[in-house]
Order: sequence, then structure tokens, then C-alpha cells
Amino acid sequence: MSQRTFNWRHMPGGRSLMTGLLLFLYAPLAILVIYAFNSSRIVTVWGGFSTRWFQLVLDNPDIRRTAYTSIVVAIAATILATTFAVAAVLALERGKLPGLRGTAEGLIALPLVVPEIVVAITTLVFFSAIGLKLGAGNLIVAHTVFCIPFALLPMRARLRDMGQSAENAARDLYASEWRVFRRITFPLLGPAIASGAMLAFVTSLDDFIISMMVSDAGTTTLPVYVYGMMRVGVTPEVNAVSAILLGVSLLLVMAALLLTGRKPAAH
Amino acid sequence: MNRLRSLLLLAPSMLTIGIFMAVPMLVALAYSFMTSSPYGGVQMPFSVGAYVQMLYDEDFDGVQVFTPDYLMIILRSVVLAGLTTLACLAVAFPAAWFIVCRPPRQRQLLLFLVSLPFWINTLIRTYCWVLLLRDEGLINHLFEGAGAIDEPLPLLYNDGAILLGLIYTFLPFMVLPIYSTLERVDHRLIEAAYDLYASRRLVFRRILWPLARPGVAAGALLVFAPALGSFLAPDLLGGGRKLLIGSLIQLEFTSGRNWPFGSAIAVLVSAAVLIAMLVQARRGRSAAELAA
Amino acid sequence: MTRFAKLLLGAALGLAVAAQAQAQSKGELHIYNWTDYTSPELVKKFSEETGIKVTVDTYDSNETLLAKLKSGAAGYDIAVASHDFVQILSREGLIQKIHAAKLQGYGNMETRWQNPAWDPGNEYSIPYDWGTTSFGYDTAVYTKPVDSLKTFYEPPAELKGKIGMFGSPTEVMSLALVYLGKPQCNSNPADLKAVSALLEKQKPFVKLYNSDGIQDRMAAGETVAHQVWSGDFRRARAQKASLKFLFAKEGGIAWMDNMVVPTHAPNVENAKLFMEFLLKPENSGLHSTFSGYPTAVKGAEKFTDQAVATAPEYLPPKDWKYTFAPSCDEKAIRAYDRIWTKLRQ
Repeated sequence: MSQRTFNWRHMPGGRSLMTGLLLFLYAPLAILVIYAFNSSRIVTVWGGFSTRWFQLVLDNPDIRRTAYTSIVVAIAATILATTFAVAAVLALERGKLPGLRGTAEGLIALPLVVPEIVVAITTLVFFSAIGLKLGAGNLIVAHTVFCIPFALLPMRARLRDMGQSAENAARDLYASEWRVFRRITFPLLGPAIASGAMLAFVTSLDDFIISMMVSDAGTTTLPVYVYGMMRVGVTPEVNAVSAILLGVSLLLVMAALLLTGRKPAAH
Repeated sequence: MNRLRSLLLLAPSMLTIGIFMAVPMLVALAYSFMTSSPYGGVQMPFSVGAYVQMLYDEDFDGVQVFTPDYLMIILRSVVLAGLTTLACLAVAFPAAWFIVCRPPRQRQLLLFLVSLPFWINTLIRTYCWVLLLRDEGLINHLFEGAGAIDEPLPLLYNDGAILLGLIYTFLPFMVLPIYSTLERVDHRLIEAAYDLYASRRLVFRRILWPLARPGVAAGALLVFAPALGSFLAPDLLGGGRKLLIGSLIQLEFTSGRNWPFGSAIAVLVSAAVLIAMLVQARRGRSAAELAA
Repeated sequence: MTRFAKLLLGAALGLAVAAQAQAQSKGELHIYNWTDYTSPELVKKFSEETGIKVTVDTYDSNETLLAKLKSGAAGYDIAVASHDFVQILSREGLIQKIHAAKLQGYGNMETRWQNPAWDPGNEYSIPYDWGTTSFGYDTAVYTKPVDSLKTFYEPPAELKGKIGMFGSPTEVMSLALVYLGKPQCNSNPADLKAVSALLEKQKPFVKLYNSDGIQDRMAAGETVAHQVWSGDFRRARAQKASLKFLFAKEGGIAWMDNMVVPTHAPNVENAKLFMEFLLKPENSGLHSTFSGYPTAVKGAEKFTDQAVATAPEYLPPKDWKYTFAPSCDEKAIRAYDRIWTKLRQ
């Protein structure tokens, strides 16, 4: 009986479930990457290992230009969203917001739950109604909106975990609010800010439906271009450019995780 | 921190999201009560025609008749999003519990592995399944190579393919909130239950499930809402044989040239999602909070 | 914190402004075109000859173009639109008069394409290239002789689940109307019911409704027959010799893609330079080789890859009828939309 009591953590079939789940999540990605290194023109027939499609992709001026646009937009949106999110998270976790907290949280969660196609079309309609024509600025504004909640996630978790004792101790020693922030909260929050920024960056880099609708002349982003490529057909170039995007996202998210030393979206 | 300072800190985020997200949704609401211009766009006068059209549309003779088509599309989208949610739940709950039961280091690694795909471009993740499922795709090749089939199986361009794509896309959204509630379950409760000879099923039914309900609810919202309006999976994996809400909205704004109707459907979807969010917020923790 | 925030805010706005300024400086040309429809070689040659820097943005459909221009997206100097959308864009005031007939080299155009029905006097537009729409099929799989669209609209049992159709309602309707021998832009209830019934009956034979990736599906054998544009099909045939483009006895649909200049284009003169550049046969041939479609310029075929210039898809029988489907009024569009959603509900 005692054995049964101590073994409640054992879950029959749990290991195979987890293995199956991870296989389900990763096998398709792995296959995409493998196909990207296939030298054959026909995607589904293996013709030996080759990096020529990567070469082709890197030599394509449209891909280079759209990648540049994507990066500029992602950097700008990340800076804005992260800054706003730092401010918001301090207010939410350390501030006094009688009666407002619920509304604020709801508003921040809005971009997470409203379907993307609805956001894309209403944003296009709104931009056209107010005549917003900022070139890449249109994209930056739209991206900032949906990057805020993602930038906020790790910071909020960090502020909750670290508690307020250090900050309170500093206050007891007559530190001003600004000094408390600069000397205690900000350094402790630092890794979470970096991690939030990277998540915002990746989120911006991933977006395609909203970008397709709100982009202006000269501001086609890489995912929009790749979608166009996919529509033309399943080609080795599409696999290669997808593999590159996949690699960049993975590297950034891993860096974000290493910085905070913990998982990103998980509490 | 005083109230004013808190408000000032909150202001940039609130204004950005408020102006560029909440206001556009209000504009769409206004558009849904207007009349369509011949080549897209809207014009006066105000009208509830767009909402009437969902149920009563003109037939080819110009007579208003009851039209179940749009209801069917909405219903199918709801069913598909619901099935996605259920399937995610069925996998995510045991998976989350399994992770909770692991030693802390393994827990972090597993959570990391489960959440990682979420950060990869949805477009690319959906495209992976095209590579796998098409007639000339890997799965059919493997089956043919094994001599199990002569003709390729029609795996792509059906509701099943859409469902698979949706589950693949949104599964992490379900695992994480459930995990974060299960992690907080007091071990002593479970041990006590076992000591009192409770079966595994009883422990699940009487302890884990009730305690994990907020997480399940949050996960359900985070999966159901985006799945309802999804656009990529139906487009790339469904082959356009059946319309879903997301594609219908897009159609009405483009070749249908009926912006008020497109807006009306968008309003309907958003309203449903917002109501679900409000209900949850009243019940306790918000979805966003649990996802975090 | 606030100083820091201001700094960051400033940096971000600076980036946006820089991107904006770049888009409006002199010596530039912004082209808005379908994906994979602008020859990089041609653009390079144009830039070398004129010193104008060319940027190409892409869209996925005429409808996206219309929505973007309507929403006030500015900065495009040339957009490429199908002939029916030239009418819509000019009626909506979204493109400006360029008096293309006065462009240098206008006379290089074949006379049959001068002064077209959709743009009398070529006031707004100049042809980019053109093609026809019909069905293509694999003669190795479907071996019986085909001379009618009937084979694909009322298919034999063996084609069940093997046919691909376009994903855009107007194009699906227009060819169906040709098959039924009815006028285009139809709002006659009896005709609409006939189209609706025809497409409903055809649906079990249709594998998917999608205008993209047709080459790939036909070459890989995922569909045996597909509604298709001539040039797309030529590329598929280049990969699989048993494919054949149908010139049906009922006729077919033709379309012309045209260059137009949006109303608020910042570089109108450069846009005209590019049009004149494309009116030269050698450049038109270069374009044709890349896009895989014939152009309207006389003598361009001499400078075109012969695989394109002499492709059977571009050589219909002499008496083959083709219809340029015009832009339809709201009533017909609404009816098409009804048929289309009903078909896929």
C-alpha cells in the first residue's frame, strides 16, 4: 500500500504519450528542414544533400529586401512594445489601479484572442478611414499592438516571482521610487525584459495576415513574400526560406529562455 | 506607487491597443450597419441589411428567402473550433499532468519543448503539413513504399486536414494554462486521497479536474477563439472546398465586395469571443493571466 | 525611465520616417505586381539604362489590389491589373489618365490590342501580357479525346475527386457561363440557377478550389484536370509532356493584364518611362520569357525564349472564340457571391 502512495507521480502510459506529443510537434518541422537540403528540384524525391536552395534564397534580391523590411519593422515594434509593456507591467503588478485592473487586463489580452483576420481587416479599414500613411510606420503601429501582450508575459511572471521584499527594504532605507526602480526592480527585471523583447521580436517576425493587409508601398515583409511563393507552388526555395525563418525563430526563443533561465509562456 | 503614476505607466499600452485595436473594431461595427458600395467600401444609408443577410438573403429571383448557407458556415466553424478545443484538451491534460509529475529539471525541459513550436511562424507550421499530407507527400510515399496502398490516400483538402492543422497550431495554448494550474495542486491532497483508497479515476474526477478547471477554461478560450477565425489552415489544408468564418470574412471584403456583411460577421465573431472573455474574467482569473 | 522611453520612441519613429523618406526620393519606381510576375533581369536592365531604382511589392489578387488602393495605400507608381479591374479602378478614380497612346513606341503594339473595350483610347492603361483560361488535363491518365468543356463540367465517373478549379468566384463563373453559352455578367435568374446547378453537380468531382500551385499539382499528378491559365499550364507541361491544354468548341475566356498608374503615384514620369521601356520588342521579349505569357508588342516573340513563343497553349485554332469577361455590376457580383458561398457552405 505504501508503495502505491509514493508512486502517485507515476502515470501509466505517460511516457509514450509525451513521446508521441513531441514527435507530433517536431516531426513535421524536421521533415521541412530535411527537404530544404534536398538537391532535387522535385520536392518529394530525394536527390542527395545540397545547400544550393539556401544559396538561391540568399541571392534573391526580393527576399533580401523583404527580410530587411521585416527586421526593421520587428526592431521598431519590439522597442515600442517592450517599453510600453515595462511601464504597464509595473502599473499592473506594483501600482494602484482600483477598479481598472480588470479592464486593463482585458484590453491587453484582446490581441491574443481576437482572430487575426478580424484584426487585419478592421485595422486596414481603420487606417484607410483616418488616412494613416506612414509607410513602414503603418506596419510598426500594427505590430506594436499585438506585440505588447507577448512582451508582457515574461516580465509579469518575473515580477510576481521575485516578490517585493527587496523593493520594500530599499524603501525602508528612504530610497526614492525612481531609485528603487533603477537599482532594484529594473536590474532584477532585466532578463525578463530581454526575454519579453525577443518574444515580441519573434511575434512580429511571424505575422503575415495583418502585414499583408496594412503594408504600404515598399514595405512587403518576408512572411508576406513567402506566402506569395507558397501560392505559386511547393518549391525547394520555399522549403529553404522556411527553414531559415524557422532557424532564426528557434535561436531567438532559445536565447530568450537562456536569459531568463526559465520557460517563456509558461507561468 | 500612487494612482496617477500607475495610470501614466499604463497609458501607453492602453492607448496603443485601445486606439489601434479597439477603435478599429468599433469602426467595423459601424460599417456593419451601412450599405455596400458597388466596388467595395461602404456608403450611407444606415441599414441592418448585413445582419438580415445572415438569415434571409435574396435568391436569384430577387426574393428574400431563408438562407441556411451562412448559418451552416458559422456552425461548421464552431464545430471545427470546438473539436479542435476538445482534441487539444484530451492530449494537453494528461501531458500537463505528466510534466507536473516529473522532477523539476525535466519539467522545465519538457515545458520548453512543448511551447517552442508556438514561436515558429504559423504559416510555415501549416505548410509542413502540406508537405506531409499531399498525394506526393511523405505519408503517402511511405505507405506506397510499404505496399500498403496503390492509390495515394486523399489526406489533404478535407475537414480532417483542417482539424489536424488547427490542433497542431494551437496545442501549446492548451498545455500551458493547464500546467500552471496543475502545478499548484497541493500534493498532500492527492496523497491523502490515495491513502483513503481513492482510485486514479476518482482522484482525477474529484481533485485534479476541479482544481484545473480555471486552466482548462483559459486554455479552451485561447484555443477556441483563434481557431474560430483561422484563415491559414482552411486555405492551405482545406483546399477551399468548404468555407469557414475566417475565409468568409476575407471573401466578403475582397471578391464579394460586401464590406458591411464581412464586418457584420467579424463583429459577431469578436462579440462571441469578448463575451466568453468577460464570463471568464468574472469567474476569476483572466485567460491572459493564466497563459502567462 | 521616461528619458529612456523617449529615446527609444524617437529611434523607432526615426526608422519609420527614414523608410518613408526613402520611398519618396527622386529617381525611384515602385511597382505593385503579382508574386513572381516581374522579371528581375528586366528590372535590372531598366535600372542600368535609366538610373532609376526599382522596388517591387507583390499582392495575391486583383481584389487585394483594389482593397489596398481603396484604403489609400500610396506610393505605388505602377500597378498591374487585369482588364476588368482597369474598368473598376478608373471608375473609382483610383488610377490616373496617362494617355498611353502618346507614349513613345505605342505603335509597336499589335493593332488588335490598341484601343481595347475596357479602356477606349488606352487612356489609363497599357497591356502587360495576356493569356487565356480553359482546362488543362493529363492525356496519359484521361486518354479519351476531349473537345468540349463538358468533360470537365459534367465529368465521367473516372474523374471523381480529380479535378481542380480556380479559387476565385468570378473566374469560376465566367468559364461556366461560356460552357452554358450564356452571356457574361449575368443576372438573369434562370441562367444563374443553371450555373449554380452545374457547379453543385460538378462538386463531387472537384478535389479543390484553388488558383495557386496549379503547375505543381498537375506536374505531380495530384489533379488530372484543372481550370488553368495558359501560361501556368505551359510551365506544368514543361515538367510533364503528357499534359494538354484544351481549346474547347464552346470557346474560352481571355484576359489581359495591364500596367496602370495609381492616382497618387509619386513618380508618374518614371512609370511612363518603364512603360515605354516595355514597349520595345527586345524588352517585351525579355518580360515574356520570364512571365511565360505572350505580350501585345509586335516582334517581341523574336526576343522570347522559343519554348514560350511557340508553345501550343498560345496557338489556338484560327476560329477559336475567346471572350474577355468584363467587370460586372453589383447585382451580378452579389449573385456570383451567393452561388459561390452556397457551393461551399
